[in-house]
Amino acid sequence: MFKYSFQWRPVLQALPEMLWGAVVTMQIALIAMAIGIVVGVAIALGRRSANGIVRSLSTGWVEIARNTPALLQIYMVYFGLGTLGVRVDSFYALLAGIAFNNAGYLAETFRGGFAGVPETQFRASRSLGMSAFQTMGYIILPQMFRLVFHAMTNQMVWSILMTSLGVVVGLTTDLTGVVQQLNVRTFRTFEYFLVAACLYFLIAKVVTVAARILAWRLFRY
Amino acid sequence: MFASPLRWNDVWLMLQGAGVTLSLTFWAVLGGTLLGLILGVVRPSSRWWVSAMIGFVLDIFRSVPLLIQLVLVNSFNSIVGLRLPVFTVACVALALYTAAYCAEVVRSGVLAVPLTTRRAARSLGMSWWQDITSIVLPMGMRVMLPTWIGLTLGVMKDTALVLWIGVAELLKTSQSIITRTQEPLLVLAIAGLIYFVISYPIARAGMRLEKKWNTQ
Repeated sequence: MFKYSFQWRPVLQALPEMLWGAVVTMQIALIAMAIGIVVGVAIALGRRSANGIVRSLSTGWVEIARNTPALLQIYMVYFGLGTLGVRVDSFYALLAGIAFNNAGYLAETFRGGFAGVPETQFRASRSLGMSAFQTMGYIILPQMFRLVFHAMTNQMVWSILMTSLGVVVGLTTDLTGVVQQLNVRTFRTFEYFLVAACLYFLIAKVVTVAARILAWRLFRY
Repeated sequence: MFASPLRWNDVWLMLQGAGVTLSLTFWAVLGGTLLGLILGVVRPSSRWWVSAMIGFVLDIFRSVPLLIQLVLVNSFNSIVGLRLPVFTVACVALALYTAAYCAEVVRSGVLAVPLTTRRAARSLGMSWWQDITSIVLPMGMRVMLPTWIGLTLGVMKDTALVLWIGVAELLKTSQSIITRTQEPLLVLAIAGLIYFVISYPIARAGMRLEKKWNTQ
């Protein structure tokens, strides 16, 4: 059946290189997630703003991020900004694209989370003499994050999976990029990508378990 | 048009690319839904180790980037010597990916139907099959349909990745037009608009459906 002979030795020898790629993948995913959370909270609040312009800008961000492919968003940064005379490195283009996408999806998640925190909590905290910022930081946000933590974990896994798109805009340092470089040199496509698939699976599982431990540490009564 | 090298002809090409995107979505969602329906219905009522094994395999499809899956299916195709055209390869990979998510959607729908209702159906003399087709699926539909619509739109957006294995769908077509016209911003904006016009109305309808069914 197979005329193809699998060769695993060069793949195993390249494993350290791939693991460094995995580190870069994690870096991109984590930074994009951090930006996504900050901007996502801002957008979620912006959608409830009294200012019409802020409201429509935030709604526009969410709808564009959710209704176009992530790859198109990365292309927009990588190729599109070039037209305006801004040269963007593929690393930053990928980072910006994923952060944009994360922010849009997280904003929608956070909107649900904010709706789940009772209005009375806000009023009670203000009556106790807390400022609006204190109320947000100490009362509303912690409860909101607790409600949406599971959805945020999913988004983090998505963020990791999205980093594989970097190879399409020519990134060579993340896991998929490293594997693609090795693939171009050796044409052992199936072997290399199978190992990459295993690594991605492991990363996703580790992140999920870590998130569960973190949730237990942060949110138990 | 807009005093640029972009011509109406190019827009027409992009619309054809959008047609390819839609047909990829159609086959992927059709195959994925059928497979996902079978797995999702069978899983809750099978032995624990069968269920665990199915769950593990589906988890793999959900935890590995689609790009990697596409490359793997594509190179597997050449290793085994099936010589399927890339479009078919893309459909197969996307269908498996869709099935992994759809199985989860169906499972949550099946589990949302109270066990007492299913027992009542069985006590009335319905077979397992009748229970599934006339009790569980119609009742679970309320939970399943809104999520399924979201899944379909997600797959539609994910079809963009098949450009990596060389299928000329919307984004790939846009890319080759960019290479010629050197107008990335305009071309990508048009491509984005096409995706948006397809996705947004359906997403809104899905959300409205969800809200309507939740309040009842």
